[in-house]
Parts: sequence; C-alpha cells; structure tokens
Amino acid sequence: MIGLGHYLTVSAILFATGVFGIFLNRKNLIIILMSIELILLSVNLNLVAFSAYLHDLVGQVFAMFVLTVAAGEAAIGLAILVIYFRGRGTISVEDVNRMKG
Amino acid sequence: MNIIALVFLPLLAAIVGGLGNRALGNTIVKSITTGALFISCLLAWPIFIGFLQGNDHAHVVKVLSFITSGDLKVDWALRVDSLTAVMLVVVTTVSSLVHLYSWGYMAEDPSQPRFFAYLSLFTFAMLMLVTADSLIQMFFGWEGVGLASYLLIGFWYEKPSAQAAAIKAFVVNRVGDFGFSLGIFGTFLVFGTVSIPAILAAAPHMAGSTIGFLGMRVDTMTLLCLLLFVGAMGKSAQLGLHTWLPDAMEGPTPVSALIHAATMVTAGVFMVCRLSPMFETSQTALTVVTYVGAATAFFAATVGVVQTDIKRVIAYSTCSQLGYMFFGAGVGAFGGAMFHLFTHAFFKALLFLGAGSVIHAMHHEQDMRFYGGLRKHIPITFWAMMAGTLAITGVGIDEVFGFAGFYSKDAIITAAFARGTTAGGIAYFVGVTAALLTSFYSWRLVYLTFFGQPRWVGSEHIQHAIHDAHGHDHDHHDHDHAHDHAHHAHHDAHLDAPDEGAGAEPTVDSRGAEDMPKGTGGYHPHESPLNMLIPLCVLSLGAVFAGFFFAKPFIGAGGTAFWQGSVWFDREFMESIEHVPFFVKISASLAMLIGLLLATWAYVWDKSLPARVAGSARGLYAFLLNKWYFDELYDILFVRPAFALGRLLWKRGDQGTIDRFGPNGAAWLVNVTGVVSRKMQSGYVYTYALVMLLGLAAAATWVIAN
Repeated sequence: MIGLGHYLTVSAILFATGVFGIFLNRKNLIIILMSIELILLSVNLNLVAFSAYLHDLVGQVFAMFVLTVAAGEAAIGLAILVIYFRGRGTISVEDVNRMKG
Repeated sequence: MNIIALVFLPLLAAIVGGLGNRALGNTIVKSITTGALFISCLLAWPIFIGFLQGNDHAHVVKVLSFITSGDLKVDWALRVDSLTAVMLVVVTTVSSLVHLYSWGYMAEDPSQPRFFAYLSLFTFAMLMLVTADSLIQMFFGWEGVGLASYLLIGFWYEKPSAQAAAIKAFVVNRVGDFGFSLGIFGTFLVFGTVSIPAILAAAPHMAGSTIGFLGMRVDTMTLLCLLLFVGAMGKSAQLGLHTWLPDAMEGPTPVSALIHAATMVTAGVFMVCRLSPMFETSQTALTVVTYVGAATAFFAATVGVVQTDIKRVIAYSTCSQLGYMFFGAGVGAFGGAMFHLFTHAFFKALLFLGAGSVIHAMHHEQDMRFYGGLRKHIPITFWAMMAGTLAITGVGIDEVFGFAGFYSKDAIITAAFARGTTAGGIAYFVGVTAALLTSFYSWRLVYLTFFGQPRWVGSEHIQHAIHDAHGHDHDHHDHDHAHDHAHHAHHDAHLDAPDEGAGAEPTVDSRGAEDMPKGTGGYHPHESPLNMLIPLCVLSLGAVFAGFFFAKPFIGAGGTAFWQGSVWFDREFMESIEHVPFFVKISASLAMLIGLLLATWAYVWDKSLPARVAGSARGLYAFLLNKWYFDELYDILFVRPAFALGRLLWKRGDQGTIDRFGPNGAAWLVNVTGVVSRKMQSGYVYTYALVMLLGLAAAATWVIAN
C-alpha cells in the first residue's frame, strides 16, 4: 500500500528537481518560474500528505492558500517577464545580469 | 597713575594702529604710535629725575591680579625703583626717537602701519619686562619682546633671508628661554614665591645649601643663577647663543637700533642686575658670568674687525659691548654694568640710526667697500656718527670731560682689575684688548664710509639708482634721485660687483676696499630728511653728555643714594676703582689710542696694508670672516641632526608607519574587500538563489542540530 514515505519521497524528488531547475538552467527565465512552481507543488504535496496522515484538515486548507499565492506569483512573474522582454529583447538567463558588481 | 599710562599707552597705540592698519591710513597710525611713545617718554623722565634727586622711593603699583593658585600668587604689578627708572628712560627715549626716525626711513614702505604697531608693541613688552615685580611678569615681557623681535626681523617677509633670520632669532632664543623658565621653576621650588623682592630677601639664607639636579648634588644658588643666566645669554646674544644677533640685521635699520642695540638685547644685563643680590650669593655663578662676558667681548670685537657690511660691524660691536656689561656685572660692578647699558643705548642707537641714514643716502647699499668720501655729502650724519664713534671708543680726559663710553666702559675695565680675582684679572686684560679692537673697527667704519675717495660705482644698488634716474622709472624705494644726472660717461664702467644686497649672507668675497673701482658713477648721495636727522641730533647729545652727567650717581659717590638697593651696590668696591694704579686707569684710553692709530695707518696712510695683512694671515682672516665658524659648527651639531631626525620621523615614522597602517591601511583594506565582494556579485539570479538556498540549508541544519 502507498504510505506516507512514498508521498514524501515524491515530494522530495519534486523539490530537488525544482531547485536544480533554478540553477542548472542556462536558457530561459520561464523555466525558472516553472521550477519555482515545482517547488511550491512539492510543498503542497507534503502538506496534503501530512494532513491525511494526521487527520488534520489544517494542512489542506494551507495547501489551498499556497495554490492561491502560487497562482498570483506566476501571474506577476510572467507580467514582469513580458515587460522585461519588451525592454531588453531577450529573456535568456545569460543576459539577465544587470546587478553584476 | 603716570606709570600705568606710561606702560600701557604703547600697548593701546599698538592695538589701535595694528587693528586700524589700512583703515586708518599711514599718517594717522604713525601719529598715534609716535605720539603715544613721546607721551610715555615725557612721563618717564620725571620719574628718573625724581630718583636722581633722591626724592622718589621704590614703590609698586598693582594693576590686576594674575594668578592665584595654592601658594602661587602673581599680580600684574608695576615696580618703580631706580633700576626701573633707568630702563624706562632708555626704552622710551630710544623708542620714541626711533618712531620719529622711521617716519623718514620707512617713508616708501607699503606696510607702515604694521611696522609702527609692531614697534609700539615691542615697547610695551619691554616696559612690562623692566617694571616686572615678579619673575612671571618678567618672563611675559621677555617673551613679548622676543615675539616683537621676531615679527620685526621678519618684517620684510618677502625676503627669504629675513624669514630665515627671524626664525633663527626665535629658535636660538628658545634655548635661552628654556634655561630661564627652568630657573623660574627652580626659584619657585626653592623659595616658594616668584616675587622678586621676596626672592632677593630670602636669597642670602639659601647660600651654601644644595639641591638635586640631574642626579647630582649642586649648590642651590649657583644652579638657579646659572639657569637664569642662560636666559640672559640667549636674549643678550652672549657667546654660544649669539648667532642670531648678526642675522637679525635683516630687519629694517630702526629695528636694529631699537631692539638689537639699545633695549631688548640689554634685557639680559638688566635681569642680572635686577637679581644682583641673588647672584652675589654665588661666586661661581659670578665667575661664569665674568668669563662668558669677557669671551663675548673679545670674540665679537675680533669678528667686527673684518666685517664689511656696515650693520654687521655695529651688530658685532653691540655683542661685544654686551660682553662688557656682563663681565662688569660678573666682577660685582652692577652699577657700572647698568651705566654702560645706559650710555650704550644712546651711542649704539645713534650709530645704528646713523648707519641707517648712510644706507638711505646710498640707496640701500650696505657694503662699506662701496662707500667712501661721504663726509662732504652727508655732513650731519657724518658728525652724528663721529659723536657715536667717539662715545663708543671712549675718548676723554680724566677729571675734565669724556664722551659717554669713556666713563662707563673704563669703569667696567678698571672694576675688573680692582676686583683682584683671577677672573677679574683675565676680564681686565680681555677688556683692554677688546677696547683696542673696538676702537679699530669703529674708526675703520668711519674711515671706510666717510673718508677717502668714493667707490660707489661698483655698487649694484647705486647702478640701479643711476639707471632709474634716467627714465627707466621703476617704482624704486628712494624718492630723491630724480635730480639732474649729467654724467653719462661713467655708465659703461659697469662692473660685476657682488650682490651684497640688503642682508644677504656675506659672501666669502675677500676683496678689500682698495680693490673696488673708484668713482661716484654720477651718483649724488643726499642727506636724510629732517625727521631722521632730529633723532640723530638728540642721540648725539646723549652720546656726548650722558657719561659726563650721570657718572656720579650711577657709579660714583652718589651710587648708594641713587640705587637705593635696587641693584647690589658695593660702596667700598666702587670707591676702590678710583684707587687703581695709574697704568690701569689709562690702559683703556691707551688701547683706544692704539686702535685709532692702527685704523688710521691702515685706512688712511697706507691703504694697501689691510689687503697685505689679510693676504699674509689668510687662515686667520678666513676664520674671522666666517665668524669663528660658529654657524658652520652649529649647522653640523644641531641643524643637520635636527633636519635628519625630522626627515626620519617624517619619512619613516609618519609616512612609513602611521600613514601606512593608519588611514592608508584602512583605505587599502576597504578597497581590497570591495574588489573581492564585487567579484561575488555575478548578477545572475540563479547564483543568488543557490547562495540563498545553501544559507537556508545551513540555517535549518543549525536549528535542527541544536
């Protein structure tokens, strides 16, 4: 049967994928946004898994909040991305280094 | 109170004149300062005459409370007694005459208000010094005159040599003042007071006691007297600390007359006389004073013989006469020392002002080798200088009449003999020798300047004057050369004369006066204006009659009544001076005559003689011309090590250590940190994210592990 351990394992894999997606990716800023979504999803999975395991609905309520925030974040992130592309003509990660000292 | 007005009027004039400066304008400032000084002078003479007639007695006028701290109580107080009265008369008379003289001498100068304000400031400081009732106030005046001297030597501050001379005078005087201040501290330590009367009253009880100094047990009074005497040596330019005085001639000539001849340089003699009861408690100190004075008298006289700058000759003469005063004090003839101070002030101020008049006439040429034959052109200056020369050489006939120096200098010389000690005997012998040299260099000055043929053509200053008068009108500092010059013929006779300009260090140009080309170069010297001649005439009267009139109260039978104990006056000793053997009595006059004959021989009869003598004794001549190599010695001993130490501290200490590890080090650290941390700012979002993640992981690990 599928227990808590499996859920947590999947969640950890998702989280690791997301993290590596952020800084191994050299191509596209959109991939970074997607990676962030992955991380948030892995957290959600954790919350829901523990909620079911502990019989406590608070975890699922919290997951709903995270989904809302993730949706907002994705909207704002994409909006910034569009503005940025208009300004610089590229969304390649290599070129986004204006904060270089 | 007259005395308060007398002392503070010059200060008031100095403040008004100095602050008013250009706002008030030349004439007003000059009138205020000169007027204040003449009022002071008019107030001073009645005080002196009062003491002379015995009507007046010593009193103290308190002005303000100065310091009250535990046992130390010092007031601003003006002490008036015979000794002060003498100094008041000397200072105010010479100062007022110098103020008047400066109207003419400084007429072309752009900053006259400053000059007159400094002169008045000096006079105030000098008056504070001579009226001091405590050592602290005396030190105040002492430093005040030092400051004024510094400012006035460096008055022409655009001249580097004048700046150097001013700094030299100040620094050399610091050495003396260090001794003086140690003396004051020691006196307070021993006596618990700085009030001069209290110290003098307590001094005899301290005779013979000892005190620890530098790890040794030394005689208290000897130590205190010698420390105070170091101060006197600095101020009065005695051998060892004399090097600043000849250089001080960089200042304007009226300054030399007032400060470096008549008043400030005699402050040391005044101090020794003021503290004479203290010095009398230590024979060792008196012996040192005698030897130093005698050595200075001799040293300065020998150097004066070969100098060619007219002001430097008189400067060394001053140094030498100060030596006389000191060994006079050293053998116990304090009255004689003060008397010589008194007469010397008149005739030496006269000689300086006369020299100033000559320089004025000769278009700022100071080298006597370019003078000659001036007697007919500036007759009044000539006669004034003659009066001064007769006074300094001590011409006179016993019991009939003598010029000022005849009474005072001869009294000191005979007193040295009459003392009967070894030091006295040596001082007597040296004094007679120095008298011979004094006579020689004084007459040499007169012969080179006023007699013989004109040698003006070789002088660059005269050449300038001639050229200016022919239309190239630069704004030159003489005003009366715009007269008719018909002698174009001499123009081609331009010679490469050395630039012995006003105050340049004497170049080692050993050409004699006879090597100089003859001729007037078409230049006509003019007698000085009236405001310069009047002081000359007044001082001439002083130089001629001061000795004759004042010998009796100063050193004769009236001494005890006159001095009233303000200086140590040993009646029996002073009377014993009258009973010295005949040869001693006439020895100074004899020396004077020999000097006169030698000078006449060398500069009138056989004019090639000086060059021959200088040629045959080349080493000695160079030795004297270089002032016994004192400046060179001090240069090696003190100046160079000081510079080396300064350079070491500057390069190694300041730049190499403090700057390197201090401000520069901090700046370097910030810079390096910046460079490194700048490298870390890649600007890529994912590196920041990685760092954040690693940090978060570390923080989480830390929290969980704990």
